[in-house]
Amino acid sequence: MTAAAPAKTQYEAVIGLETHCQLSTETKIFSASSTVFGADPNTHIDPVVMGMPGVLPVLNQQVLEYAVKAGLALNCEIAPYSKFDRKQYFYPDLPKNYQISQFDLPIAEHGSLEIELVDKKTKAVTRKRIGITRLHMEEDAGKLVHGGSTLSGSTYSLVDFNRAGVPLIEIVSEPDLRSGQEAAEYAQELRRIVRYLGVSDGNMQEGSLRCDVNISVRPVGREQFGTKVEIKNMNSFSAIQKAIEYEIERQIAAVEAGEPIYQETRLWEEGNQRTISMRLKEGSSDYRYFPEPDLPPIEVSVEQREAWRAALPELPAQKRHRYETDMGLSAYDARVLADDRTIAEYFDATVGVGADPKLAANWITQDIAAYLNNEKLTIDQIGLKPEMLAEMVQLISKSTINNKVGKEMLPELLTQGGSPAAIVEAQGLSQISDPEQIAAIIDEVLAANPDELAKYRAGKKKLQGFFVGQIMKLTNGRVDPKLTNQLLLPKLNAEP
Amino acid sequence: MIDIEQVRKVANLARLDLTTEEETQFTTQLNSILDYVEQLSGLDTADVQPTTRAIEVSNITRRDRLETFSDREAIFKNAPDQEGDYFKVPKILDNNG
Repeated sequence: MTAAAPAKTQYEAVIGLETHCQLSTETKIFSASSTVFGADPNTHIDPVVMGMPGVLPVLNQQVLEYAVKAGLALNCEIAPYSKFDRKQYFYPDLPKNYQISQFDLPIAEHGSLEIELVDKKTKAVTRKRIGITRLHMEEDAGKLVHGGSTLSGSTYSLVDFNRAGVPLIEIVSEPDLRSGQEAAEYAQELRRIVRYLGVSDGNMQEGSLRCDVNISVRPVGREQFGTKVEIKNMNSFSAIQKAIEYEIERQIAAVEAGEPIYQETRLWEEGNQRTISMRLKEGSSDYRYFPEPDLPPIEVSVEQREAWRAALPELPAQKRHRYETDMGLSAYDARVLADDRTIAEYFDATVGVGADPKLAANWITQDIAAYLNNEKLTIDQIGLKPEMLAEMVQLISKSTINNKVGKEMLPELLTQGGSPAAIVEAQGLSQISDPEQIAAIIDEVLAANPDELAKYRAGKKKLQGFFVGQIMKLTNGRVDPKLTNQLLLPKLNAEP
Repeated sequence: MIDIEQVRKVANLARLDLTTEEETQFTTQLNSILDYVEQLSGLDTADVQPTTRAIEVSNITRRDRLETFSDREAIFKNAPDQEGDYFKVPKILDNNG
């Protein structure tokens, strides 16, 4: 008897995300300079940003409102009493040698968000709650531009402080994520939420949304975490997913080979599709935090907090639930519609004036979405307004027109708008549903195509499609397709 | 009590270059300051909230209104070096955590 082969160790990844999200304010967090991206170097600087002696930072009230709203949307507890601290380190992109951040009394804590995971094969949707440890406000740093022709060859760096002092919220997740897909979905849901709230544009290419990943692996069933590695430099959701998948494999391979995993920061290289070591972390950094003496604490009253809560829009997860549960849409359609707030609101408005939700969803997620994509437009920029789409959908629901005619009307409606009912009336597009009229058309088509009819009757049944096509052509697609087929078959199969 | 090792560590974090004499001198001085402050430990603070501010004021904020700073050149004049519109600094390897 041979001994059973030892079972292969199964590993699981433990992943947490730290997300920096730039708030869409006009001015900086503590001073009145512009936050606009892409300006000439050092044109958005002022004595507060640069930490000149004697200046006093003053909190931008919009930053507080946005941070609290984001905290509420993430189901956090809002701190009734919160403060800023100085985080001290030396790096040339940091003009004051400290960053004003929040340490032990962040504005929001103990929240969660729900992610939806779609199985690629079965399309089945599972939901998972991801804990939010905390959310705090802080200022961004400047940007270094390395001088000289090559990075290694340069002897100096150039600094642009335009980004210094731009308001950020940092959102720290619990280590609840287990795969690259979960992490990418978490980051996308976070972006949907900040976009719904209007507190950030969430643009990853411009750095408005930056995710750092903390990841370790451990054998399934073990309580203790493995050594944690930080990955940076992912500027798309797919890069987050791929970097994590790469890193999980790298760490498992190291553990299996008996090699140590170092506590370090690694960079994702998009070109090579791999992570590389950037620097080792020796213990936890000592930032010597202390309360920022120049900024008084923040007290958020219950009244203020509830006023901001009341101003929150319906959030993406709520919309998805409503679309599925109340309207009977598929999880897929619900996801597509709720992905973008303007699309979701367009859909809501269409259904609000009486359109069938399933039909409206189909038009929006298919034909209209394709048009928006091709023309690089947003849904509020097209001629077809929600009430017009509702009118067209109702014409289809009542069988006044069929789907095909709807599609033919669509290009004009998308560019110019108009009343679908009036177009149907003016162009005589209404559906032909009178059985006698359809029977007469069928007879006409059969008579005009004797060869095909003979072949059909000789057994070439595929020609049914040809006859349907001829009937549609003759009537500009206006015949009721179901009724047409019902009437066509007996006539085709009739003995000559 | 803090010892000379802690003084060296803090000096390093603050990028201060201390002589051996200064290390000894600051260890003594810092301990004397800490001893003085330590008197506060004699008070019963069980029912006292931690202090985060020196004066009773909170919620000082400003409106999100743009005001471009007009004298950028004055800021550049305070910098050790510049190149075009950039501040120029010695190349520093990233060594913070």
